[in-house]
Amino acid sequence: MNKITSTIALTSILAFSANTANADTLDSIKSKGHIQCGVSTGLPGFSNADAAGNWQGLDVDMCRAVAAAVLGDASKVKYTPLTAKERFTALQSGEIDMLPRNTTWTLTRDASLGLNFAGVNYYDGQGFMVTKALGVKSALELDGAAVCIQAGTTTELNLADYFRLNGMQYKSVTYDTSDATVKGFEAGRCDMLTSDQSQLYALRIKLKDPDSAMVLPEVISKEPLGPVVRQGDDKWFNIVKWTLFAMVNAEEMGITSANADKMKSSDNPSVGRFMGGQGEKLGLGDDWAYNIVKQVGNYGESFERNVGMGSPLKISRGLNALWTNGGLQYAPPIR
Amino acid sequence: MSEHESGIQPSKPAVWNDPKYRALFFQVLLVLGLGYFFYTIIDNTLSNMEARGISTGFAFLGEAAGFGIGMSLIEYTEANTYGRTFWVGLLNTLLVSFLGIIFATVLGFIMGIARLSHNWLIAKIAMLYIEIFRNIPVLLQIFFWYFAVLAALPSVRQSIDLGAGVQFNNRGLYLPSPVPEDGFSIVVWLFVIGIVASFFLARWAHKRQDDTGQQFPIFWSTLGLVFGLPLLVFLAMGAPLSWDVPELKGFNFRGGVTIIPELLSLLLALTIYTGTYIAETVRAGINSVSHGQTEASLALGMSRGQTMRLIIVPQAMRVIIPPLTSQYLNLAKNSSLAVAVGYPDLVNVFMGTTLNQTGQAVEIVFMTMAVYLTMSLSISAFMNWYNKFMALVER
Repeated sequence: MNKITSTIALTSILAFSANTANADTLDSIKSKGHIQCGVSTGLPGFSNADAAGNWQGLDVDMCRAVAAAVLGDASKVKYTPLTAKERFTALQSGEIDMLPRNTTWTLTRDASLGLNFAGVNYYDGQGFMVTKALGVKSALELDGAAVCIQAGTTTELNLADYFRLNGMQYKSVTYDTSDATVKGFEAGRCDMLTSDQSQLYALRIKLKDPDSAMVLPEVISKEPLGPVVRQGDDKWFNIVKWTLFAMVNAEEMGITSANADKMKSSDNPSVGRFMGGQGEKLGLGDDWAYNIVKQVGNYGESFERNVGMGSPLKISRGLNALWTNGGLQYAPPIR
Repeated sequence: MSEHESGIQPSKPAVWNDPKYRALFFQVLLVLGLGYFFYTIIDNTLSNMEARGISTGFAFLGEAAGFGIGMSLIEYTEANTYGRTFWVGLLNTLLVSFLGIIFATVLGFIMGIARLSHNWLIAKIAMLYIEIFRNIPVLLQIFFWYFAVLAALPSVRQSIDLGAGVQFNNRGLYLPSPVPEDGFSIVVWLFVIGIVASFFLARWAHKRQDDTGQQFPIFWSTLGLVFGLPLLVFLAMGAPLSWDVPELKGFNFRGGVTIIPELLSLLLALTIYTGTYIAETVRAGINSVSHGQTEASLALGMSRGQTMRLIIVPQAMRVIIPPLTSQYLNLAKNSSLAVAVGYPDLVNVFMGTTLNQTGQAVEIVFMTMAVYLTMSLSISAFMNWYNKFMALVER
C-alpha cells in the first residue's frame, strides 16, 4: 500500500506545484538534519537491518557516506525500506532523497523515469540458484522449469530474453519481496530462483539449509548497480556521485578509516586535495571527503565488511576490484 | 392565460433576481470552476512531468513487454505489448472475482441457512465457521492458505494422484482438459438449446398452474432437456471427446489445465472470508420474514423445503440483496490482495511489473483505478437491476 501512497503523493506534487523548479535537495537536507535513504526490504550485504534494528550493508554505507559528507555525521540517516516496485515512485515523489538499493542502471530507467544514476557501486550479473536435489549443472538444462522472481526487476526481462534466445520454456512465479521469493523457492513452488548473483549468495544464506541449494555458473546479463537520485538537481547529483568517487579514490590512495588522521599531513598532493580544499565546489564543508573515509571507510573497507571476506557472503572482489587490480572500479581524480 | 389578460399581471422580476436564472447562473459558474480546476491539474501534471524528464502519454502500451506472466487466459508471450499485459491482468482479476462471487454466494447461503437449522450440531458448525473466519483479516487467510496449507503439499515428483488424471502438488492442481473432436459442437448446441427450451417450458408450466392448478414436473423435465438429451446424443455419437491428461515431463506436469496455487489460495481465502458475511446477511434476511409466514405455509400443507424455497427465501431476498451487493464489491476489490502471494492479477501485473518497467505511474494507476471503478459500478448496476426484479410487486 506504500506504493499507492507514493503515487498519490507524486500525483499531487505534480498536479499542484505550479513551481516547476525542483526543490533544492541539499538545502532541505541541511534544514531537516538528516538524509532520507531508500533501501531494500532486507538483503544481506547490501541493506539489511540487524537484530537491533541498525541498517548495514554496501548500499547503507552509501547513505552513511553521503550523510558524513553533507552533515558531517554518518549516523544522520533515516531509512525507508522499499520493494523493487515501490522504489522509483518513492524517489520521484520526493519521499526519499536518494536510492541506493541494488538498482540496475538501464537506459529506460535513466532516460524516461526522471532519474539519474550517480555511478556504479557494485558490478553484478544475473544468475540462477537451484536446489542440489534437482541434479542440474547448467542453466541450459532448465527447459520447462518454474522460476521464482521478484517483481519489478530487470531480472524478469533478462530471464525472458535468455529463455527465448535458447528456445526454452519457463513458468514465472512473481513475488513482491525478496523474502517471499525465497520462501516460495524453499517451499518448492519453483525449481529455481533467479536474481543478481550477489543477491543469490545473500538469499542462499537466508535458506534454512543453505547447503541444499547451489548457484549455477552462468551469468546471463550485465547488472551495474548504483545509487539513484532525481533528475534536475545537479548539485545533489554531483554530491552523491562524488561521494562514491571519493570512496573509490580513497582506496586507490590507500586512505582508510584507521589512517585517515595520519594521512591528513601527507606530502602527497592528491591526498592533500582529498583532505581539503575541494569541498566548496560541491557546496560542502572542506573536510567532506575526510569525514567519509573517517566515519564510513573507503570502498574496499566497505566491500570487505559487508559482502567480502569479512562477511557471511564471502564474495570475492572480481569485477569490483580497483582498476589497478584488474577490476572495473575506477574513479575520476579529485582536483 | 385569460387571467393575465384581465389585468393583474405579476411584475416579471429582473433576470438577476429570477430564481430560475440565478440557479442556472451558479450552476454554470460551478461547472466552469470545476472545469478550470481539472484543466489546471492536468496541465500542471503534464508540464511538471515534462520538466522532470518523466515520460508521459499512453504510447508505452504499444511497446513490447518482454517479461513473462505465470498465468494467462489469453495467448501471451514476452513479445506481446504492455497493452496486452493490461488485458492479461484484467482477465485474471475478473476470473478470481467471478469465481469468488459464485463460490462465496453458494457457501454463504448454505452456512446462513445452516446457522438457523434446528439441528444443534449443524447450527453450531455454521456458527463456528462464521465466527472464526469473519474475525481473521483476509490477508492473513490468504497467507495461511498459500504458505501453510498449499506449500505443505508434496513436491511435483511425489504428486498426489487423485485419480482420473487429476494431480495435486505444491505447484498446483492439474486437471485433464477436454479436447473436442468432430461433431462435439452438436452436443454443445443441444445443451444451449436445452437451456433456452427449459426457460420457455418453465414459463408455460407456471402459466398452466396459474390457470388450471395442474402441476408439471418442471425439475425433471429441465434436467432431461439440459443434461439428459445432450448426454444421450453424446453417447450415441460414440463420445467425440478426448482428454489431454497432464503428464510429468522434465520438471513439471505438462498438458491439461493447471490451477496454480496462487489462484487456489486467493480463491479459498476470498470465498471463505466473504462467505461468512454473506451467511450473516442471509440469516438476517430469513429472520426478517415473519414467523407467521412459515406457519401459514405449513398450514396450507406445504413441506418444510417448499416453505423455505417458495415462501421464505423470495421474501428474504428483498432484505438480502442490497447488503449482498456490498459483499460482492468487497470481494472484487479484495482480489487485489493477490499481489501478496504473486497471483498475476491486474494490480500485480499491470500496476506492478508494467508500472515498474515503464515508470509511468500516473497513467497506469489512473487506468487501474478506472478498471476497479468500472467493475464495481457494473456489479452495482447488475445487483440493482436484480433487486428491482425481486422487489415486491404490488398488485
